Amino acid sequence: MMLNQNQLMESLRKLNPKHQAKNPVMFVVFVGSILTTVIALKDADAFSAWIALWLWFTVWFGNLAEAIAEGRGKAQADSLRKSRQSVMAKKLTEARYGSAWVHASGADLHKGDFVVVEAGDYIPMDGEVVEGAATVDESAITGESAPVIRESGGDRSSVTGGTRVLSDWLVVQITSQPGETFLDRMIGLVEGANRKKTPNEIALTILLASLTIVFLLATVTLQPFSAFAVKEAGKGAAVSVTVLVALLVCLIPTTIGALLSAIGIAGMDRMLKANVIAMSGRAVEAAGDVDILLLDKTGTITLGNRQAVAFIPASHTSEVELADVAQLSSLADETPEGRSVVVLAKEKYGLRERDLGQLGAHFVPFTAKTRMSGVDLNGREIRKGSMDSISAYLAALNRELPPEVKRAAEDIARQGGTPLLVAADGRAMGVIHLKDIVKGGIKERFGELRAAGIRTIMITGDNPLTAAAIAAESGVDEFLAEATPERKLSLIREKQAEGRLVAMTGDGTNDAPALAQADVAVAMNSGTQAAKEAGNLIDLDSNPTKLIEIVAIGKQMLITRGALTTFSIANDVAKYFAIIPAAFAATYPELNALNVMGLRTPESAILSAVIFNALIIVALIPLALKGIRYRPIGAAALLQRHILLYGVGGLIVPFIGIKAIDMILGVF
Amino acid sequence: MSTSDWIQIGVFLGIFLAAVKPLGAYMAAVYEGKFTRLDGWIYRILGVDPGEEQSWQQYSIHWLCFHVVGLLAVLGILMTQQWHPWNPQGFANLPFHMAFNIATSFVTNTNWQNYGGESTLSYFSQMAALTVQNFASASAGMAILVALARGITRRSVGVIGNFWVDLTRTTVYILLPLSLVLSLVLIQQGVIDNLDAYVKTTGGQVLPMGPAASQIAIKQLGTNGGGFFNVNSAHPFENPTPLSNLLEMIAILLIPAALCYTFGRLIQDKRQGWALLGTMLIIFVPFLLLIVWGEASNMEGKELRFGTVNSGIWAAATTAASNGSVNAMHDSFLPLGQFCTLFLMMLGEVVFGGVGSGLYGMIIFAIITVFIAGQMVGRTPEYLGKKIETFEMKMASIAILVPPLCVLVGTAIAVMHPQGVGGLLNHGPHGFSEILYAFTSMGNNNGSAFGGYSANSVLVNILGGVIMLVSRFGVAIPAIAIAGSLAGKKTTPVGLGTLPTHGPLFILLLAGTVVIVGALAFLPALALGPVVEQFRLR
Repeated sequence: MMLNQNQLMESLRKLNPKHQAKNPVMFVVFVGSILTTVIALKDADAFSAWIALWLWFTVWFGNLAEAIAEGRGKAQADSLRKSRQSVMAKKLTEARYGSAWVHASGADLHKGDFVVVEAGDYIPMDGEVVEGAATVDESAITGESAPVIRESGGDRSSVTGGTRVLSDWLVVQITSQPGETFLDRMIGLVEGANRKKTPNEIALTILLASLTIVFLLATVTLQPFSAFAVKEAGKGAAVSVTVLVALLVCLIPTTIGALLSAIGIAGMDRMLKANVIAMSGRAVEAAGDVDILLLDKTGTITLGNRQAVAFIPASHTSEVELADVAQLSSLADETPEGRSVVVLAKEKYGLRERDLGQLGAHFVPFTAKTRMSGVDLNGREIRKGSMDSISAYLAALNRELPPEVKRAAEDIARQGGTPLLVAADGRAMGVIHLKDIVKGGIKERFGELRAAGIRTIMITGDNPLTAAAIAAESGVDEFLAEATPERKLSLIREKQAEGRLVAMTGDGTNDAPALAQADVAVAMNSGTQAAKEAGNLIDLDSNPTKLIEIVAIGKQMLITRGALTTFSIANDVAKYFAIIPAAFAATYPELNALNVMGLRTPESAILSAVIFNALIIVALIPLALKGIRYRPIGAAALLQRHILLYGVGGLIVPFIGIKAIDMILGVF
Repeated sequence: MSTSDWIQIGVFLGIFLAAVKPLGAYMAAVYEGKFTRLDGWIYRILGVDPGEEQSWQQYSIHWLCFHVVGLLAVLGILMTQQWHPWNPQGFANLPFHMAFNIATSFVTNTNWQNYGGESTLSYFSQMAALTVQNFASASAGMAILVALARGITRRSVGVIGNFWVDLTRTTVYILLPLSLVLSLVLIQQGVIDNLDAYVKTTGGQVLPMGPAASQIAIKQLGTNGGGFFNVNSAHPFENPTPLSNLLEMIAILLIPAALCYTFGRLIQDKRQGWALLGTMLIIFVPFLLLIVWGEASNMEGKELRFGTVNSGIWAAATTAASNGSVNAMHDSFLPLGQFCTLFLMMLGEVVFGGVGSGLYGMIIFAIITVFIAGQMVGRTPEYLGKKIETFEMKMASIAILVPPLCVLVGTAIAVMHPQGVGGLLNHGPHGFSEILYAFTSMGNNNGSAFGGYSANSVLVNILGGVIMLVSRFGVAIPAIAIAGSLAGKKTTPVGLGTLPTHGPLFILLLAGTVVIVGALAFLPALALGPVVEQFRLR
């Protein structure tokens, strides 16, 4: 726990009554501090002064927890603010590269303006690339030093203000107003400036406030009760206001009251540490509740690309021949799949890579229309593509797909692979077996999630056969094959109608509707502006596996909140044993039998309870900030563990603590 | 404790627990609408469309109106009783403050009695005003429970049932038949039931008469507890034999316990009902044993024909359930017994509690428990598939706040006011216990009397009346509101990540919450009463 001067000052600034009034529990302590201070000054009473001092400490400790939690975000915000330095933008008069531009300051730019950003320039504000491609250094936001590519069209077209173009140029259309950029929002979020109480936090505050009222009633009515007792017993004095305030502060749930907002801020902060920006505290809370994860197959469940693992030739040809044409067709194919075909042919059959130029070959790139790629080599036409596209290609030449090739392709699909058919000179040569490589350890991870009650659904564009095989291999609970944005959206709706909370990640513009519908939507920072707008969490690393981590962070926050609430309420039992015999010592000395802790004097007993009540807040700040680790062991086991630690612990700890403080006070 | 003590306790627990499943299943069938032959014509006469369901707001308004009309009717009858028939002793009209207290008391299922039945009320008043409310207040409590069960099972619906249907079915199919059977058995055992004038014996003793048996059956079954005679079930005409005593004791807990099973059936998860019953039992049984053990050598204020064990069991049952009838004087209990009876009421009358009201109170505590501890499993709180959010917490908070507010403020006003302390029989801590007991009893709609405290003053009557109303409505309306809000929510399917609310751990947790949250507010007050007395005994 680091404490710097800023945080110290901030914690004192929070003594402002306006700030205190936001938290009903701590406001009662605040009023109690004032009351006891006035009594101490008016009556020149040392006991009241000690109580008053410790009540002020209690209030201050609460502030301190909040200030420390906020302070962590502030440091991050400061570094972000540096990258928001006012940059001079080159505002284009026309929306095309090469047109005339004028210097404009960032504040003068508006939504819809076009700017040109060249190597070395900072991108002035958030926008959409409309022309050009460039490498951009986004380390100011993501912390990742490797530059990323930003280009017009597609899913990598969004740029963030405050990042720097390293090479080439971009024409950017501004998509945000000054002061409302991603960076501005991020600064606001990490500072906690526009932090709103989450729904669960509000509900908890209501419960804490009503408990406070119950205890307020119990202590306020104690005055007439004790006055009656004094009258009847004919000795002693009615309980003093100082003692009543001390009892009240000890009984109301100050521990959780003081730490509640720190827990919320720390939750968002933990997201930040995982390089995820939570657009609201609510998103963090919802993450803990998620019971269905929609995971994209590629990149999350399988390694980003499929790899060729075998060549299965048609009956009229051989494996080597197939490997040879397959390699030829893939020489110019820079996709990972294409590379893997070349590599496999080389490794398995010693076929060396050849240079297309030397061969006088002409590369035929993949197009959406033909859905095939290949080469034209000295009059030979070599093509590779899916079964459907090769069948269509052959059919156009009045040829048929040989049955054994068809069977081989179907076998591969059934095993979860992707069959890639190769044709040469208008004849089917065979099938390349492309295989998805499931990430190591992912099955165990899904097993953990299942134990935690979270189901995983794999989303893939593959056909149902392939999808089923990968689903079985990776251990996901369900899959959605041949997924389209619409089907994804309707799947989310369907699951939500069953009462489930759905989380997903997405990056493309066509993901935006599904992201907006999902309860927890993680947008990739590398994704489009539309996706980022629709998400309530933004993953700066653009790592689809992050979703699993996000759920754990959400759960961690809820567990911390619940544990400290339970602890706080369980603490009350011991405090009664300390204060009740002390409060009535003069009237009913018999009640000293309740002084099970053997506290020395009534004053010491009450003061010890108040000091314990204050110090426990400080003691628990690290826990509130760090959070209680989530273990995927199922709800029942988790509850048992935490009840023992924080419920039973909360009953026992104050007995020891109060006794220890009483003994220490005895030394002085 | 001797073997025979254990046997008596065992027989009592065994019989009423054995009745839970059959009676609970029957009641569930009633609420599922399996019987319709007898109630249909009532709706036709009243012009109620039984198929028309109500939102929680409408349900609350109908519920409240029903109580207001009942209150005015009782008030009217009591304030004009001298002109009514069946008044052989010629009892006079009651003053307003007294009638108000009685009316609120019976309408709210409290049955706190500031009067002696045989010296104050005509037979007509007993029958037309009080017995009617014994049925009505009990049915109204059970209706809310049924509405709450509907709220839990329904998904995204705005309505929670029809109050008049719930009320009528409860009365016609559950309370009337059970009361009829119990009355007949009690008459066979010697409980009187007539409209005769009081009888003067040759020895000069005046023996009160009246239609007692018919009122006593529902008084026990409907957790009402208002005795026909001043000394309640200690009177030989109300409770003549050991068998009548056993039956009356069982009748106290019968419906509140069986409703747990009914609730489980209605929400289609019987385990949840058993868990709630289990929670009640693990709080109830230790207190029962403490009282019986503590009173083992104390015959003061007890009837010889019942002995200490059956007086102890009755005391535990009547304060755990919000019945309030007595067969021994709690004022004469040793401090430990006083503490236990007070504490059981202070828990908010959720350990069995009133018919319907006890269980919906316990469900509200379950909601609070889920909220406090449920987050420790890493999810926002949910109970029975429903997310517990701001609105539910607001309502649940009001419901747990109102009873302590009533008790503490009432007691505080009473100890500060000359009329409040004027009626004390004893002084010192015991005097404080007498006042605290009176307001705890009224503030939790229990109605049992400690004895010793003459509560028939204008202050106590009016203050007590207001407290009984606030306490009843302050829990009931939030419960209906929660029913409505839950009905409007989606149901989250249960999974491994869901907090299990039927296992032993949750039972312990719920019991812990009831004891800690329900009673923490009262420990300082208890310290000044029975706790001091207990330590003085040493």
